[in-house]
Amino acid sequence: MDLTQLKAGEKAVFKEVLGGWGIKNKLEAMGITPGVVITKISAQLMRGPVVIKAGETELAIGFGMAKRMIVEKIRE
Amino acid sequence: MKKILLMGNPNVGKSAIFTRLTGVRVITSNYPGTTVEFTRGYMNLGNEKVEIIDVPGTYTLQPTCKAEEVAVEMLKEGDIVVNVIDSTNLERNLGLTLQLLRTGISLIVVLNFWDETKHKGIDIDIKKLEDILGIPVVATNAITGEGIKNLVDRLSEARAGNYRYEDEKKWEEIGRLVAQVQTLHHRHHLFREFLADACINPVTGIPILLGVSYISFRAIRFIGEGIIVNLTGPLFEKIWGPLMTGLSNFLGAKSFIHNILIGHLIDGRIDFMQSFGLLTTGLYVEFVAILPYIFAFYLILGILEDIGYLPRMGVLLDRLMHIAGLHGMSFIPMLLGFGCKVPGVLACRTMETRKERFITATLMCMTIPCASQTAMIVALIGKYGPGGIFIVSGVLFIIWVVAGVLLRRYVSGESPEMFTEMPPYRIPYISAILKKVWMRILNFFQEAFVLVLGGILIVNLLYSLKILEMLGKFTGNFMTKLFGLPPEAIGAILVGFLRKDVAVGMLVPLNLSFKQLIISSILLTITFPCAATFSILLKELGTRDMAKSTLIMIGAAFIVGIILNTFLKF
Repeated sequence: MDLTQLKAGEKAVFKEVLGGWGIKNKLEAMGITPGVVITKISAQLMRGPVVIKAGETELAIGFGMAKRMIVEKIRE
Repeated sequence: MKKILLMGNPNVGKSAIFTRLTGVRVITSNYPGTTVEFTRGYMNLGNEKVEIIDVPGTYTLQPTCKAEEVAVEMLKEGDIVVNVIDSTNLERNLGLTLQLLRTGISLIVVLNFWDETKHKGIDIDIKKLEDILGIPVVATNAITGEGIKNLVDRLSEARAGNYRYEDEKKWEEIGRLVAQVQTLHHRHHLFREFLADACINPVTGIPILLGVSYISFRAIRFIGEGIIVNLTGPLFEKIWGPLMTGLSNFLGAKSFIHNILIGHLIDGRIDFMQSFGLLTTGLYVEFVAILPYIFAFYLILGILEDIGYLPRMGVLLDRLMHIAGLHGMSFIPMLLGFGCKVPGVLACRTMETRKERFITATLMCMTIPCASQTAMIVALIGKYGPGGIFIVSGVLFIIWVVAGVLLRRYVSGESPEMFTEMPPYRIPYISAILKKVWMRILNFFQEAFVLVLGGILIVNLLYSLKILEMLGKFTGNFMTKLFGLPPEAIGAILVGFLRKDVAVGMLVPLNLSFKQLIISSILLTITFPCAATFSILLKELGTRDMAKSTLIMIGAAFIVGIILNTFLKF
């Protein structure tokens, strides 16, 4: 599934991002690399940005970019 | 001279440490990207004078925007890097530290926001971190100044570390490193964190956003108005007024000096808004009409900035900004533009593409009146009740939307999406906010004082030498035909190039009707930027884009002026 399909409050493992060097570099710089556990904090109406938390970093990611981030939900 | 660079991720307190080390004050806020330009300062280290450079924040040495490029460029010049880290987010911050270690430059690490680690239940073993990285590590709290002396004492110990790692496995390496030096204790969810989440959840966030905007707006009016009515207004009327009347009698109303200093008497008396003398209107505009609002605006802005609310507003407004091909974070430069365009345009540097910078700068200059201009418009139209202000802001908003849609379509280039760190909420220090307000007011005076007085002088000469009448005759009834304004209004539009506030002031003696006031206020906002903004646009956008941007503004002014004149009916 992709990041936009995850519900607010759910945890997931980040798998990969479907995109070029630029987007990978941005995520990498924030410490978001494959295998990192993230928590979705919120989503906005009408394809607004998604806010996630990775470690202590809280990050707002545009909808289109979130759509390209593949994650695997962690069932508790 | 040795160069010491302050480097680190955005929003870790580099500027606060810079101020502590050098005594040079720079603006600090609680959101990434407050510093977009490097600032230099000096300090004495032993017997040696060294240069300290406050570098814009960067997450990585592979830059993703203009501000980060500046940071990486600076690295070549430095002798020592002071790598500032947010101790509450050790893991993420170490990403840059490891990259810096790899360059082989002399390094010292500063764990800032040290006091916050206690609230958050984070324990960091500094000694162990020093041993692993092979470089000195000190803890500070820049806002209170704790640990700064220790940092200065140990600056000379900065050295190239002996830490080696594989680049591909950097984050795994950091994970292991952090596990060795950091212990997390169980703790309660802070109320601030609960509030932070509520602000970006749309159900609670949008009402909070509306509430905060409304309260901020009311507070700015209340404080600004309060200062004018209770302090600066009476001071001018009761003390300065009689003094000026005395001076006016002494100089004699016909003399040239009288014309320059006092200006023209209206019905035999000095009118602070209409006389256009340097000592009357010149000082009145700056100290009575504008300054109270500038103070009020920057006070409220400072509070919102330091709490960390602005990026969250950006998340909620992201959809709105998409109309113009921008994303939520371009809301911050726009908001700064309500104070003054100069810092607003500078803040565009955190954006990634030329398209974003061009659209943000153009829309800001075209549709957002700065605090000085707003104060004058409020003084001018406010007497007809809030209706006029609503119409002006409504029309400007419509122009923002229409121009935004067109710019998104026709400006080539990319519109990247939002990708921004949300700062943790912090309790602002009143002293820090007041210092920031003070600096911004000083900046305002440095930039505006001479220009406003110069503007008043020019207007005065235009009146005295009857140039305005000539200009009005020369352009014929062009202003009247197109915009329904008297011929003399062309003078205000031209002076608007120098200072918009003075230009609005020139409308006062023209005895305009309600409709004319609205049209001219809007036209003055849209047409070309004031001199200070013009020069900063030139610097930030380059000659071609600045020319394009200005042409768009002039074109828009014509179209909007004609439309309003045709369709606005009262």
